[in-house]
Amino acid sequence: MRKRLVAGVVSSVLAASFLTAIGFTPAQAAPAGWCKQITVLTNRTDIAPTTFTKVYGPQFTAGAGNGTKVKFEAFTNYNQDVLTMMNTKNYGDVLGIPNSITPAQFPKFFSPLGKASVLSKTYRFINEGSYNGTVYGLAQTGNAGGYDVNLKDWKAAGITTPPATPAEFIADLKKIKAAEPDVIPLYTNYATGWAPTAWTNSFTGYAQGVDGQNIMAKDKAPWTAGKDAFIGDDLLYQAVAAGLTEKDPTSTDWEASKPLINKGAIATMFLGSWSVSQFQGAGPNPQDIGFYPIPVKDPKTGKFQTFISGDVKQAINKNSKCQASAQAWLKYFEQDSGYAYSQGGINPYIKGPNGESYTIFDKLGVEYKSLNPAPAGHDSDFANVQKAAGIPTDGTLEQNIIDTARGAKAGTEASIFADLNSKWATGVASLG
Amino acid sequence: MIKERTKRQFIPWFYVAIPLGLLALLTFLPVINMFRYSVTNWDGVDPTRQYVGMSNYGKVFTDPEIFHTLFVSIYYFGGAILQIIFALFLATVLSYGLRGANFYKSLLVFPFLLNAVAVSLVFRFLFRGGDGLGPGGLDVLLQHLGLGRFVTQWTGNPHVVNFSLAGVSIWRYIGFNIVLFLGAIQSINPELFEAAQLDRANRWHQFRYIILPGIRRITALSVILAVSGSIAVFDIPYIMLGGANGSTTFVIATVKTAFNLGRVGLASSLAVVLLGIVLLVTFVQRTLFKDEQVDLV
Repeated sequence: MRKRLVAGVVSSVLAASFLTAIGFTPAQAAPAGWCKQITVLTNRTDIAPTTFTKVYGPQFTAGAGNGTKVKFEAFTNYNQDVLTMMNTKNYGDVLGIPNSITPAQFPKFFSPLGKASVLSKTYRFINEGSYNGTVYGLAQTGNAGGYDVNLKDWKAAGITTPPATPAEFIADLKKIKAAEPDVIPLYTNYATGWAPTAWTNSFTGYAQGVDGQNIMAKDKAPWTAGKDAFIGDDLLYQAVAAGLTEKDPTSTDWEASKPLINKGAIATMFLGSWSVSQFQGAGPNPQDIGFYPIPVKDPKTGKFQTFISGDVKQAINKNSKCQASAQAWLKYFEQDSGYAYSQGGINPYIKGPNGESYTIFDKLGVEYKSLNPAPAGHDSDFANVQKAAGIPTDGTLEQNIIDTARGAKAGTEASIFADLNSKWATGVASLG
Repeated sequence: MIKERTKRQFIPWFYVAIPLGLLALLTFLPVINMFRYSVTNWDGVDPTRQYVGMSNYGKVFTDPEIFHTLFVSIYYFGGAILQIIFALFLATVLSYGLRGANFYKSLLVFPFLLNAVAVSLVFRFLFRGGDGLGPGGLDVLLQHLGLGRFVTQWTGNPHVVNFSLAGVSIWRYIGFNIVLFLGAIQSINPELFEAAQLDRANRWHQFRYIILPGIRRITALSVILAVSGSIAVFDIPYIMLGGANGSTTFVIATVKTAFNLGRVGLASSLAVVLLGIVLLVTFVQRTLFKDEQVDLV
């Protein structure tokens, strides 16, 4: 019985390969790697039941998917839940790479998508999802560095051009506070944990150039005046210490903050370009939401600059039996779904349209840049240093800065940075 | 005959096989794995992990940030003692056949039935600082009562935050204590109360000489639960504040170390230390309060 089954399988495989060899594709038998249904894991709980399930899924099934259905599983606690699932072989067919996976781990979990040198002609942000020249993940959309402002509030304080230096940024916030005492000049969204991480992450490269991240991976004291990591965290400290932020940061509320900036009760929030569309949609005043470039100009050209980077990278589970369907979905999602555009992002698909958040940038002549990839063989260095240093990326670091600056925690700005430097130095030393 | 005997020995094991199997699968196996992880530098996903000996345990006892979280437990322990005293008082009052006692009973037990997420959300609104979003419920109440000078940042003020959170914990768990105490009080022989009334013992005397000795073991148990509970506090401070502003407890530190810093090895050693503390407390309880019989007569 068993023998006969094996023989049957072998002969049908032989027949299939023969038929394909002579240019015949069997109409009935499912080709290798195609499945009736694939599962996609996503962190977008908000639009998974609507846009994903009702628009993208059916569009794919009817078009490129050749009848393959798509099931979306959305997780609020995406990183933790998916990391746990990754201890087994069942973590969906297509998934966003959780952010604590280092590039060196990509080959252990995900299918290779192609060579970086080839795919970078079609997609942006390729180096962020590749390891040793092979691509494992494609960004779902791209973000530009900058921050959200309520243009009406800034105008009411007499400010019409974005501040060009960190000192000017603080001075402008002070003007807003003086002109409109009821408006919160800068809202930290402390309670979310993730929102204030922008202060540490989004300054990389602005002062130290396109190799900023690679320099930091070797630098034993990156929190030193004039360096990228210092500028952002120092700015946060100064703003809080000067009383320019909300009074009780622990009771900030992310969902509630969206309509507040829309109606002008909050003047500034320091988040990437992905947030613009959400703030515009949160109330009746979308025209008041503007996106300003980070107040650090390119030291060489003297122009405003913005670093673009990929959002969550989409990858294919290496253990999936539906490799072909998964690849087709990935291609559809990246090139045809319109997801990046609808999010107001920079399109990872080079031929695709960018979102509409960048009109102010274009008027100012902002330079678009992206960070250089790590030199060959060092792809995981930055992530490894961060892990070995034990410097939290969940917002604890920034919450510490806020608490110290508002006098709720013992310590000084200098003591925080000295501590960060000594931890980072241990991390750098661990690379050997 | 022998067959019959072996059968008789075998049958009880047959009945408990499934619960024992589940216990082994869901409790003992994970604990053994936890010990194994605690001597490695595993990050939680990587298929490979390296043996690092006892260095994780060294970190637990030398890292001030981790060690400090044990002090946060003191607030919850203080809260738990207050909670026991309140619960004892309320249970005694309820046991005296108060009119509508059942209504009050269910009212007091109700918070215990709510899940932690709901409780946390309610108290987030109650404790809100009132910046852009309008003042929180507690501040409004205090203003109305003319106690406006007590208004503070209930979660934002670093000197107050742990008191606020311990208060939430009291509110949530007091019903559980009341149920325990009521059950114990009701199991005291009612003839004792009748006899005491005939001897003209007042309510205080009844409490002091009948109820208190009668429920000694439950009280001792509650104190032990309070100790281990206050070290293992997790859900409310985690959901309300994510452990920010000095509210990080030992368990929150463990979870963050494992999942946010990706150091499952170190987090496992933290969990082993917690297990050790709880076992120690239980051992102390077992030796101090042996299964002594209380004789009221």
